[in-house]
Amino acid sequence: MAIKERLSGNEAVANAMRQANLDVVAAFPITPSTEIPQYFSQYVANGKVKTVFVPVESEHSAMSACIGAEIAGARSSTATSSCGLALMYEMLGVGASLRAPVVMACITRALTGPINIHNDHSDAMAASDCGWIQLHAETAQEAYDQYLMSFLLAEDPRVQLPVMACQDGFITSHAVENIELLEDEVVSQFVGTYEPQDWLLDPTTSTAFGPYDSPAYLMEHKRQQSQAMRNALPVFKEVAAKFEQISGRKYDVIETYCTEDAERLIVLIGSSAGTAKTVVDELRSRGEKVGLVKITMFRPFPREEIAQALSGAQAVAVLDKSDPMSGIGGPVYADVCVALSQSNRRPLLVNYIYGLGGRDVRPEHIEQVFEDLKKDLRDGGWKDDYRYLAVRGE
Amino acid sequence: MIYNGKNLDESVTWQEITTAGTIKGGGTSKQFKTGDWRSHRPVIHMEKCKQCLLCAPVCPDSAIPVKDGKRGEFDYDHCKGCGVCVEVCPFDAITFEKESK
Amino acid sequence: MAKDTLEIRWHGRGGQGVKTAALLLADVAFFTGKYVQGFPEYGPERMGAPVTAYNRISDKPIRIHSNIYTPQYVAVADETLLGTVDVTAGLSPEGGILINTQREISEILPLLNGYTGKVCTIDAVNISERILGKYFPNMPMLAAVVKLTQFMDEGIFLEKMETSLKHKFASKPQAVQGNMEVLKCALGEVRGL
Repeated sequence: MAIKERLSGNEAVANAMRQANLDVVAAFPITPSTEIPQYFSQYVANGKVKTVFVPVESEHSAMSACIGAEIAGARSSTATSSCGLALMYEMLGVGASLRAPVVMACITRALTGPINIHNDHSDAMAASDCGWIQLHAETAQEAYDQYLMSFLLAEDPRVQLPVMACQDGFITSHAVENIELLEDEVVSQFVGTYEPQDWLLDPTTSTAFGPYDSPAYLMEHKRQQSQAMRNALPVFKEVAAKFEQISGRKYDVIETYCTEDAERLIVLIGSSAGTAKTVVDELRSRGEKVGLVKITMFRPFPREEIAQALSGAQAVAVLDKSDPMSGIGGPVYADVCVALSQSNRRPLLVNYIYGLGGRDVRPEHIEQVFEDLKKDLRDGGWKDDYRYLAVRGE
Repeated sequence: MIYNGKNLDESVTWQEITTAGTIKGGGTSKQFKTGDWRSHRPVIHMEKCKQCLLCAPVCPDSAIPVKDGKRGEFDYDHCKGCGVCVEVCPFDAITFEKESK
Repeated sequence: MAKDTLEIRWHGRGGQGVKTAALLLADVAFFTGKYVQGFPEYGPERMGAPVTAYNRISDKPIRIHSNIYTPQYVAVADETLLGTVDVTAGLSPEGGILINTQREISEILPLLNGYTGKVCTIDAVNISERILGKYFPNMPMLAAVVKLTQFMDEGIFLEKMETSLKHKFASKPQAVQGNMEVLKCALGEVRGL
């Protein structure tokens, strides 16, 4: 029996942490993820979990402790945001190449600078090519569900990679919403016990981890790691099917909304997808053929699914909640372009940078994007595909 | 997967190489003969050696075996020829000679 | 926003418990089977700085994740904000505004930018200090918002709040009675209805 609750995204993830049979949690507080280790340390203090909580002195140490714990044979997790994630950067790559299946709750927030505590995706996107699987949530419910699914995905022998389970800072992390929690026993059975292939404390053998990799071997290891990342996509589908059996909730690498006959589509990630759905409903009620594609799994990138979902559209706007300053647009746009590069039928494509540093994403902004696409189609093309949404001066 | 260092060589494919380079079984450095890195070899002259054992602990490769309180012949399979033992010997009992091969 | 969703905006100052009030309102609405959202607009946390919080309450799942710009109702926990914050911005004339003040409604009206909807007041200072001996404006505000919006039955509101307060004050049960008294008084002392 599902437990109907009303919780913030952070409370939901802290609950998932409590339920996930964790051996080690190592974390350092940073807004807006702070509440997660805060709630979790209360569970530890009150004896609700047997997890070892390591209050480290920095995020670099938090990630190091989690990786060390995984290598020793323990299931571990952490939570962070923004500059905290940036401070982990060195260890993110170490964890991924060591194939340590750490699960991290990443509560996305603008990466300094200018200094700002509010939501965008610049932290997660800056760390999206470190070898971590990346899932993004639209709601507190998705944040809870995807965090729990992350353990099966990370620890699957075909994958064995760390996962960042992301949700939007403040927008879902600090907003109380309706949510359905699973019972402790159900979760416990779902996540099971961590059974690593190799582990340092294995009493039957001695094992060395992380040796120097000379030019004769490093590429083979990278090719192997790349395969694990590619495997993560079909494995996620399997995990999602298993999760649907216990929760009734369906997940896939992308979510399509009113895409089938849509002429104009937007592609986006995270909490603004909910806002965009209400706009799609509104425009549909006026007879406009619009829809949206929400990317749930950003790493590995769901190339075929995206190409398929966008194949029927005439114009597509890709929304990026970060600007990597590449001079040609955002990271989601770049990957969508790659996904469509082999398609025979390519829609007109444009990119919008939106919602940076907590700039509120309002229904009228999304509506404007659909309007712009209409104009682009009328004009038969565009002058500039790299645009900023709701910025003064444009 | 090839876990054993002995069987691992540069013909290994990405499918066969161990995950993350993990090496199973301890003491695998014994299988790696570093002796052929030497350009000079230390030679012990037992008639001068007082068995003071100052040389053994400074050897970075544990290539000076000690048994029953006495050092023995060098382990030339692993001695890299760094010459630290030569420097530390107070009795000039170790000489440093150019490798002939 | 869709008409089937009740949208409320709260204004207050850091430390007055406006966020808590919004979360408690979400709580009681949740207990009656509604879909809810309760969230603050965060900024650097400073005691006394203007803060805003929001509620959405609906019979259907709520998907929108933006702030509220055209609320049906606005609740102002600190009347000194009237001069500095545009509290009636986007406020529906079909709805209403609730202000915590000891002044007459006629004195408040000129501060509301010509707002034509319902204007109500509550003397949260008096209620709180009279019953609790301390000034916590959020509890009387909460009850007054329920009174103004009529989105739930008052009896059920009190019943759910009692459960909620008993849980919240599990370690100091003496606080429950006082707060319940505050809620009951506030329901009866809203002016301008």
